[in-house]
Amino acid sequence: MAAKLSGLQRKEELAGYLFILPNLIGFLVFLVFPILAAVYLTFTEWELSAPPTFAGLANFRAMIGDDIFVKAFGNTFYYAFVAVPTGVFLAFVLALGVNRPMRGVFAFRLIYFLPHVTLTVAAAIVWAWIYHPEFGIINYLLSLIGIQGPNWLFNSKSAMPALIIMSNWKGIGYAMLIFLAGLQGVPAELYEAAVMDGANSWYRLVKITIPMLSPTTFFVLTTSFIGAFQGFDQFYIMTNGGPSFATTTLVLHIFNNGFRYFKMGYASSMAFVLFLCILCITLIQWTSAKTWVHGFTQD
Amino acid sequence: MKAEAVQPERIAVPAGTRSVAGLGRRTQTLLVDVVVWAGLLVGSIIFILPFFWMVSSSFKEFGGLFNFPPTFIPSTWQWTNYLEIWRRLPFHLFFRNSFFVSSLETAGVLFTSSLAGYAFARLRFRHRDTIFLIYLSTMMVPFAVRMIPLFVLMRTFQWVDQLQALIIPGMFSAWGTFLMRQFMLTIPRELEDAGLIDGASFFQIYYRIILPLTGPALATLGIFTFMDSWNAFLWPLIIISSMEKKTISLGMAAFRGMTAMRTPWHLVMAASVVSVLPIMVLFLVGQKYYVRGIVTTGLKG
Repeated sequence: MAAKLSGLQRKEELAGYLFILPNLIGFLVFLVFPILAAVYLTFTEWELSAPPTFAGLANFRAMIGDDIFVKAFGNTFYYAFVAVPTGVFLAFVLALGVNRPMRGVFAFRLIYFLPHVTLTVAAAIVWAWIYHPEFGIINYLLSLIGIQGPNWLFNSKSAMPALIIMSNWKGIGYAMLIFLAGLQGVPAELYEAAVMDGANSWYRLVKITIPMLSPTTFFVLTTSFIGAFQGFDQFYIMTNGGPSFATTTLVLHIFNNGFRYFKMGYASSMAFVLFLCILCITLIQWTSAKTWVHGFTQD
Repeated sequence: MKAEAVQPERIAVPAGTRSVAGLGRRTQTLLVDVVVWAGLLVGSIIFILPFFWMVSSSFKEFGGLFNFPPTFIPSTWQWTNYLEIWRRLPFHLFFRNSFFVSSLETAGVLFTSSLAGYAFARLRFRHRDTIFLIYLSTMMVPFAVRMIPLFVLMRTFQWVDQLQALIIPGMFSAWGTFLMRQFMLTIPRELEDAGLIDGASFFQIYYRIILPLTGPALATLGIFTFMDSWNAFLWPLIIISSMEKKTISLGMAAFRGMTAMRTPWHLVMAASVVSVLPIMVLFLVGQKYYVRGIVTTGLKG
């Protein structure tokens, strides 16, 4: 093959490699190598001081006996499976609202999106103050309607819901904008034809909007799940995993093991489990997509 | 389901789903508009409340924080909170570091992604599609998997507690390469053919023809990268320990941490206001490109 390349083809081949070279070097060093090294570390015990020693599957056995890991695993699923469906549903409803040609919709879009462009750490700190049991604004507002607010971040039952509310406040606007883009891509003729047939708005929503928007819904769902499984920032800032590990996520537990107790091998194995979880959820979503995502098999 | 959605003429409308009799369509639309508008208004008040609470607390005196009932308008406006925070911690250094890290990382991503994107979109070379597939597959791997080996790598380079550890590993983006490639595929080939016939080199074609046409995509990628980098927390938390090298996120976390027992919420809120402003301004300025990025990645992703 190589011998048959003409002068121009040879030039093009060389140019191709030169163009990707700066990117490829960094990609291999900072992405591919760490991923491969992580797979190796999964089977080792390593506390940084001495070289890693091979440990077989000991790390995976240790996980089963690690109560905090089991808890963090459950917490991560709890967080993802409550925050993502509620967030995606609300984002969809908001997108339907701000898609109507009304006065002021641009202002509404901006307001709902603004939390997404605030610094996560700052937003988490502000919400810690909002959730303050005695002097925070939420419990004051609740008291106005006769509800005694919980201790929010200091109670193991209410801490996770508090974080879910905060995360959805932060993230809904982004999903809303994606839905909005999807809505604006639905051909207007479909609605016009339906209106001529006399279909009411509920019928148009169920029979046109929702099916036509399913590729967008699929995209939002998969990316939101991948993001939710990696929750860290607001958990670290607002509760640091407490009280009594009620909000310790997998990434927080991995971080603590890796960078506080320097159990590099063990932390890597847990990260590997996290990856498998994300992979499974994504695969389940992909295989189920055929049944509900419009035009999925065509791509 | 599918057929019904694509072919409007097949939509059969069952009885009972027709528009409410007796009301004109215009009146009905107006009615729905009013209800939706009211709903959006209530929602947006809830969404904006944290911002109000942040700003109002930032102007209060320490004692004013603990009034009952809490007030949205401070009884006395203590503007000095905004000066006090700079005395407590070197916020100017945090901003400088964040700005330095985010700009260099963004410049790096734009450089490497546009070069490689051009090669993947236009040039034919062996293993091109395999290499591209490997790029795509790494996008699935969560950062938590990479962070430990990456930290060890930084230790070997002696980059721990150095800003380059925040900049250089972030300059290579599979997502950015993907975005560039997809955009460049939409540029008509005829434009380059003329250049090729005139004997221009591939680099000249990239630099003189492709790059100028890629402006909007570069703006989108630039804004996303800058904002992500500015917002980054986990990786900087792992790498940076000295106060003078902290980014704004780390500085905020440190400020909260050092006062955890008796948090001066008025000062912490003032710092929050200051820290959210730059990125909000950037978003408002670059809105068009940001939204375009959401549209392209959201629909084709």
